[in-house]
Amino acid sequence: MSAAIPLHAQLINLFAAVILLLAFAMLAQRRVLQLINLFALQGLTLFLSTLVMAVKIDQMHLYYSAALTLTLKAVLLPWILHRLVRKLHVKNEVEPLINIPTTMLIGLGLVVIAFNVALPISQLSSTIARGTLGIALATVMLAFLMMITRRKAITQVVGFLAMENGLFLAATSATYGMPMVVELGIALDVLVGVIILGVFFFQIRDQFDSLDIHHMEKLKEH
Amino acid sequence: MDLFILTLTIPLVAGILLSFAGERDWAPHINVTASAATFLAAAGLTAEIVANGPRFAFGEQFFIDSMNVFFVALTAFVGMTTAIFSDPYMKNDRSHGKLTPGRLRLYKSMYQFFMCTMLVALTTNNLGILWVAMEAATLTTVLLVSLYRTPASLEAAWKYFILCGVGIAQALFGTILLYFAAERVLGESGTALLWTHLVGVKAFLDPNIMAIAFIFLLVGYGTKVGLAPMHNWLPDAHAEGPTPVSAVLSGLLLNVALYAILRCKVLADGAIDGDFAGDLMIGFGLFTLLAAAFFLGRQRDVKRMFAYSSIEHMGLITFAFGMGGAVGNFAGFLHMTMHSLIKSAIFFAVGHAAQKCGTQNMEDIRGLIRINPLIGWGLMLGTLAILGMPPFGIFASEFMILTHAMKYHPWTTPFLLLGLGVAFAAIFGKVHPMVFGESEAKRLPHAPAITPVFIHLGLALMMGLWIPPYLTRWFHEAARMLG
Repeated sequence: MSAAIPLHAQLINLFAAVILLLAFAMLAQRRVLQLINLFALQGLTLFLSTLVMAVKIDQMHLYYSAALTLTLKAVLLPWILHRLVRKLHVKNEVEPLINIPTTMLIGLGLVVIAFNVALPISQLSSTIARGTLGIALATVMLAFLMMITRRKAITQVVGFLAMENGLFLAATSATYGMPMVVELGIALDVLVGVIILGVFFFQIRDQFDSLDIHHMEKLKEH
Repeated sequence: MDLFILTLTIPLVAGILLSFAGERDWAPHINVTASAATFLAAAGLTAEIVANGPRFAFGEQFFIDSMNVFFVALTAFVGMTTAIFSDPYMKNDRSHGKLTPGRLRLYKSMYQFFMCTMLVALTTNNLGILWVAMEAATLTTVLLVSLYRTPASLEAAWKYFILCGVGIAQALFGTILLYFAAERVLGESGTALLWTHLVGVKAFLDPNIMAIAFIFLLVGYGTKVGLAPMHNWLPDAHAEGPTPVSAVLSGLLLNVALYAILRCKVLADGAIDGDFAGDLMIGFGLFTLLAAAFFLGRQRDVKRMFAYSSIEHMGLITFAFGMGGAVGNFAGFLHMTMHSLIKSAIFFAVGHAAQKCGTQNMEDIRGLIRINPLIGWGLMLGTLAILGMPPFGIFASEFMILTHAMKYHPWTTPFLLLGLGVAFAAIFGKVHPMVFGESEAKRLPHAPAITPVFIHLGLALMMGLWIPPYLTRWFHEAARMLG
């Protein structure tokens, strides 16, 4: 690579790094509302990075998917989640988490693995953002880790959505995004999924008086 | 009117209609009529494809060939019989106070939407849309699994959503990688996710990327197929959801997920030298078969036990397709058909039996043959059929799979026999006292619908004795397409 990296590539790498940083921050965040805010921030960063890419290669469908990201992931989903937290009276209390330092160390290991898996693929890619594929995979894995280690239903959902953010980053960095019809379909699925979960949360709360999933560990093998 | 468009729009329109009027007295008729109309349209579509060959629809976004039209017909058929079965079943549940009118409405409309998403997944040519439809199929059934709102059913639905959601996210990553590999060959037009285009260039796709992509796709869609060790959601969802939902999850959704893997396998085989994809599927299939067989004996809940039996059979089918070749693929398709028909018939019989006895606990279900001989015989014959007794169709497909495995992968034979033997002992030992034995149980307010059970079993019997020649041709054609 030549000495000077063009500005847009620097920006895209910077945003990707911010997304990864936010993924770590979410892993360590114990309060529900702050977690949702971090998720919104991640969506916003994703929007900015897609926008830079759209301006650089001047493709209409990238502008559309940037707009979709902004409305869905930075505004609509966080808003729905905030509303849910308020309506369900989820207390913004400290969530007992098993050992944050250990979780962070596992997260670091996952990032290394993700970069190794992504290396052969990103070498073949010709997009301006190919370096970020490893970051995208790392974000997916960190979100996965968050889902495993958390005990509240709503945090698991935030983890699930963060995983979707990572997948979106992977799609834009490797291929400049999937075809429009597919992206719309994915966005619709995510939105419907969150709405159905909202309904579902009320059912869980009515039944268990809590959104803590340790109530839901009865179904086991005898 | 175009039969393909009818096949997709009937369930969609019926779903919208039922979401407004699903609690009315005539709503079950709409549900049954719409399902029957969907089946008729699908049957007509099948005849058209058999006569005229593959076709596209909506530009190139949908593609129907002899492989998927076979699944479309099967899906529409089981969809119809399940709708017939569910009519008295849901009415009985309502009489027992387990369901409110609002939830009946939810059930009926979601049932039709679920049918629609599965038919879209089967017929789409776009691997991205395939993913979207698979995810939509999960979303439509989450609220059905938790329909009774008991703590256990909520837990099962939560597990179902989270595990399948995570699984399907892996499949999305696989799809992205596939798109990336294809874009390098096909260019940045919108065609790089269209299966018909991908098949044309499959030899030029980068083998390294395709290998990683196939692993993600297999693990992702495999979660929905119920492959071990990603199968945890399946027994819970089947045991806690209403029985019609268990029947369509087991008989149809698992098939659709496996179909998605098969489509991707064709591409991976073309790109990668050697049998990488096939060997992976053999490994997963064999492990799934053995794991499920050993869990079978520990079950107490009857629906849970038959859910594990579905996992076992899905493992066997994955194994068959992993071996591939004309015989392996043929046996795989035959086994899939038989499993769909027989397993849904078993769930129908089990559903009525559990309703009569007021429990799903196998130790409390006794003497079905005295309470209702038809249900008793239905369960007994269905069990014999699913266990691979001749003359039912599963005997034929299991025989083919075993002989093919002995010839090409001899080391797998003892594991296959062990798995099948353990499963036989476990299931037969538990079903026998349920059917024969002493019992007193009350009459149900709505007479159960037994006909679907015997239609399915009759078909399975026929396929064991004599497969109609056009069906054989059809299986051969589909098997050839898999390579």
